[in-house]
Amino acid sequence: MSLFSRKKKNLEAVPAAERRVTTEGIFVKCPKCSTALFKRELEENFQVCHSCAHHFRLDARSRLAMLYDEGEYEELDAEVISCDPLGFVDTKPYPERLEQARRVSGLPEAIINGRGQVGGHLVFAGAMDFSFMGGSMGSAVGEKIARIIDRAIEYRGAVITFAASGGARMQEGTLSLMQMAKVCAGLAQLDEAKLPFISVLTDPTTGGVTASFASIGDVIIAEPKALIGFAGPRVIEQTIREKLPEDFQTSEFLMAHGMVDLVIDRRELRAMIINLLNFMMPSENILRLLDEDKEALPDTQ
Amino acid sequence: METMNTEITPIERVGLARHPQRPYTLDIIKNLFEDFVELHGDRRYADDPALVGGTATYHGLPVVVIGHQKGRDVNERRYRNFGMPKPEGYRKALRLMMMADKFNRPVITFIDTPGAYPGVDAEERGQAEAIAFNLREISKIKAPLITCVVGEGGSGGALAIGICDGLLMLENAVYSVISPEGCAAILWKSPTQSALAASRLKLTAFDLEGLGVVDVIIGESSENRVNDSEIYQAIDKQVHAMLLSLLGLSDAERRVLRFQRMRRLGEWSQSGI
Ligand SMILES: [Zn+2]
Repeated sequence: MSLFSRKKKNLEAVPAAERRVTTEGIFVKCPKCSTALFKRELEENFQVCHSCAHHFRLDARSRLAMLYDEGEYEELDAEVISCDPLGFVDTKPYPERLEQARRVSGLPEAIINGRGQVGGHLVFAGAMDFSFMGGSMGSAVGEKIARIIDRAIEYRGAVITFAASGGARMQEGTLSLMQMAKVCAGLAQLDEAKLPFISVLTDPTTGGVTASFASIGDVIIAEPKALIGFAGPRVIEQTIREKLPEDFQTSEFLMAHGMVDLVIDRRELRAMIINLLNFMMPSENILRLLDEDKEALPDTQ
Repeated sequence: METMNTEITPIERVGLARHPQRPYTLDIIKNLFEDFVELHGDRRYADDPALVGGTATYHGLPVVVIGHQKGRDVNERRYRNFGMPKPEGYRKALRLMMMADKFNRPVITFIDTPGAYPGVDAEERGQAEAIAFNLREISKIKAPLITCVVGEGGSGGALAIGICDGLLMLENAVYSVISPEGCAAILWKSPTQSALAASRLKLTAFDLEGLGVVDVIIGESSENRVNDSEIYQAIDKQVHAMLLSLLGLSDAERRVLRFQRMRRLGEWSQSGI
């Protein structure tokens, strides 16, 4: 059995929330500006409304296909899935919720790992999917992120994550919390290996995911008008008992407060990531130029 | 102290962990440490009274000690923000840990918080970033790191000073990803299910030892569960033993073990779907 299963370009999938609408007929109505959009055109436009630039939520595999050169990547770690370490039951047993999430999202877990080239650079990427239990981070998600970091260190690649999460997965209790420590410890090792980590924040990114890997990229990029924060807006409203500012916890709010480097339209995201990787990744080209410069220097001895 | 009480229900432990007569960080420092000098401020924005720390002597050894701090009366509670730190608290804690590292001194932290403060100003100043940055940077520290959960271990707000080589936990402390009330409201849509949520979340010291999160449980008196006078001796005994065993390892050995400790936490399946 091959270590990696090959995934071809896959721009068909859409998030579960929008799936019902998009699979009926050929039009999708933009929830922001109500423009009727051709489904095909919306896909070609990276699931961005051509009229008002509203960014529809993306499923994890489409996300990876949009990132990688020619849309081609190898999916990694698909065998790592959630189990039920606490025997957790709320109004439903956790294993039942997992089954349902797999069915609804068509994914094995709330994050999909990929390996491939981005602008010719080796990139290990993890794309979260909000349609799988709100993109929550449990042990399997933590383990999958830790594995792409491990591999980036082993093969001298870059790590890119796309966050889309309501936070830690409550059904795994304190073990979920510990995933925050686990992935951040991995990123400490990535730092020491001098390898890049680019964090992309998408709608929505909150709780334990914001308070771990998502907020400590070498460069942090947010998609426009995404909800991004630590505490949920409702929790904050209950605590302070007043109305929240209009743009509170949006990408633009974080930008204004110095918490993200860039807010970028999805259609320009890949080009920006390549630009940044050209700066960050070790390059023979740069070494050659430095050598040439050294030779060109006058002898100062 | 030897016979630990496993009869108490999880929600009762939550109540004990939150009890205003429980030992707080400054009480523990007063009873266990000498020469404490509280150091203030994150050098970025403010000092945070919800999280205290400074230099001290512990069994003759210079250490940095840090912990969440709650208040007992109305005014002090407000002053300490109910033990809920803002970003400046976490940044101060990291600053003190980095100073400990510079002088090669161990760090001992005490956890007792409902969680990181959920407020507009905390969000504006990067509550999430402050926690995440700590998680990554504390894991890089060469000095020995000991954490003891003494009361409420409230999610990311607790973990942000809880990256360690050895995790101790008082018998009647709790450590959870979310409060039972919050969990009940979200998953059961009913605040009356808090007791059930508390039991399902596996937040007691015994549960967490079983899950590999907690290394040592510090037993408490079964007669006086709130402010047992022997509690300080019990904490001291275990913290000191942990410190001695960590000092017996090299910096490099400790770091390898620390990463392994974090890397293996959690349970997942390898079978695919
Ligand atoms: Zn639109």
